[in-house]
Amino acid sequence: MKEFEYTIQDALGIHARPAGLLVKEAGKFQSDITLNVSGKSGDAKRIFSVMALAVQQGDSVKVIIEGSDEDAALTELKQFFQANL
Amino acid sequence: MTTIQGQGVCGGVAFGKLKLLRKSSGKIQRHHIEDAEKEWERFQNARETASRQLNDLYEKACNEVGEENAMIFDIHRMMLEDLDYLGSIRTYIQEQKINAESAVSMTAETFSEMFASMDNSYMQARAADVKDISDRIIAILSKNEVDGFTLNEPAIIGAEDLAPSETVQLDKSKILAFITEKGSAASHTSILARTMNIPAVIGAEGIMDDTFADTDIIVDGFTGHIYIDPDMQTVLEMQAKKQQTERQNELLAKLKGIKPVTKDGQKILLYANIGSLEDMPAVYANDAMGVGLFRSEFIFLESKTYPTEDEQFSIYKSALQKAMGKRVIIRTLDIGADKQVDYFSMPKEENPAMGVRAIRICLTRPAIFKTQLRALYRASIFGHLAIMFPMITSLSEVQQVKELCEEVKAELREEQIPFRENTELGIMIETPASAIISDKLAKEVDFFSIGTNDLTQYTLAIDRQNPDTTPFCDLHHLAILRLIHTVVENAHKAGIWTGICGELAGDLSLTELFLAMGVDELSVSPRLILPLKQKVLSCDVSEIKDNLLQKLK
Repeated sequence: MKEFEYTIQDALGIHARPAGLLVKEAGKFQSDITLNVSGKSGDAKRIFSVMALAVQQGDSVKVIIEGSDEDAALTELKQFFQANL
Repeated sequence: MTTIQGQGVCGGVAFGKLKLLRKSSGKIQRHHIEDAEKEWERFQNARETASRQLNDLYEKACNEVGEENAMIFDIHRMMLEDLDYLGSIRTYIQEQKINAESAVSMTAETFSEMFASMDNSYMQARAADVKDISDRIIAILSKNEVDGFTLNEPAIIGAEDLAPSETVQLDKSKILAFITEKGSAASHTSILARTMNIPAVIGAEGIMDDTFADTDIIVDGFTGHIYIDPDMQTVLEMQAKKQQTERQNELLAKLKGIKPVTKDGQKILLYANIGSLEDMPAVYANDAMGVGLFRSEFIFLESKTYPTEDEQFSIYKSALQKAMGKRVIIRTLDIGADKQVDYFSMPKEENPAMGVRAIRICLTRPAIFKTQLRALYRASIFGHLAIMFPMITSLSEVQQVKELCEEVKAELREEQIPFRENTELGIMIETPASAIISDKLAKEVDFFSIGTNDLTQYTLAIDRQNPDTTPFCDLHHLAILRLIHTVVENAHKAGIWTGICGELAGDLSLTELFLAMGVDELSVSPRLILPLKQKVLSCDVSEIKDNLLQKLK
């Protein structure tokens, strides 16, 4: 299992557009990818689940990756968060 | 004439016939099914069709409004593939044995409630997206394709609410404006309207009245007003507004992003004069490169008592943040003369224009002035601030002002409150005295801004509020032009820049002369910026410069 934490910089939080991009990005991997935010958790491959977290600017998101390609997913998702959120 | 007030979300004025778009409110019949697998398959087929439609819409929208805005249809497609969404529909069909239409409708209800209950207006608006995708599937299932409706002639669309997919499907060349009864400024419909630059008003309650259908109406997307069956006077007023907007838009389209540089390569800064925070959007819309005069007195005029340091700080901070790094020149308190504030309880003066006004009030009541300076310095870290002092007549006034600034800075340092140490300080040159000693003043400050209104009044001894003096008031008086020239020359000798922020700055018949003098910045009201930019672009001064300046001799 791999994990990292990221604090959301985007003024709108994880709004519709980045949520869509994140779901696409997460969908590239076999691993299960879970987001943990202030006590709630959601599946990064499901758009409603990601949007239901209502992640806001300044929230700290813990991304937990578990599966065969977790190393690759860790690197790519870290980059994704930095570039888009 | 009937007037409806909504919320304008996209500026512009439109005239046209109102077409009411009503959705076939096909009530969904809930019924029991026998073969759940077959019903699930029927749903899956509809979902695939919907997915294909969304792909087409995505491509159409990409072409029309760009990828960024088209992304919503890609997200809709993802929603249609969301496992939680599909899982819920499947459960309804297989366990409760109900028809696919009802299963989709009930699922949509649950998911849109989840968004609607969120403590975030952006996410609340997403409930509409869930309804939109669900309606699409239901329409396909009940063979009632969403084809919006066809417009034979250009019209203004009125609707209860418009889904993004409906907005995109409408024939853009025939839509003059959008009006909706519901909707929010964060909805995709509003965003799309702004991107397509079509006037749009939301929250217009009552617009769906059948008696209004096909009547002539006027939509003002700036104010949110809708005039149904307008009277002649309104028609004339709104026509003028429409023409002005169109001229402005044509200019903007041509000039936006182009730097104001003359044909022979001389650069000049074009800034905006503003009177309150509400004017900031106009600064952008007109492509100003900064704010050349932010009149801080509105904060005092709108208040019933002295505004506190924190109140002022939050206004200055907000202005600087809204300017996103562009220079904002804030002029300190300029009251007295024609701008009176009761709570200052100034003694009555025989001749207020020459009385205790502007910097004279600030220097005689340093507590009020220092409160403003503290608020300004505290805000200085939020953008590119320049502070400007009005009505200067002597060197000692400038030195006193600078001492007060140093006192304020020392206090802030002591209190460990951050501020920008090198915040630019400038003065207005609006008295003949300051123009004549501008060589000395230039050594004390970072910039000048020439206030031609007061400079004219004081130089020509003419009260500009008295219409009887008009025959004697020559706005292009040689004395004024010489003073301006002197100020610019003295500024450049001392290595500082100078601008003009009075009405003469926007006088296009003087633009060439100002360029010949080497004026560095012109600050005008936002609506004059683009015409001024056009003028600058057409100028070629190097050849005629000497001739122009010769006229001042």
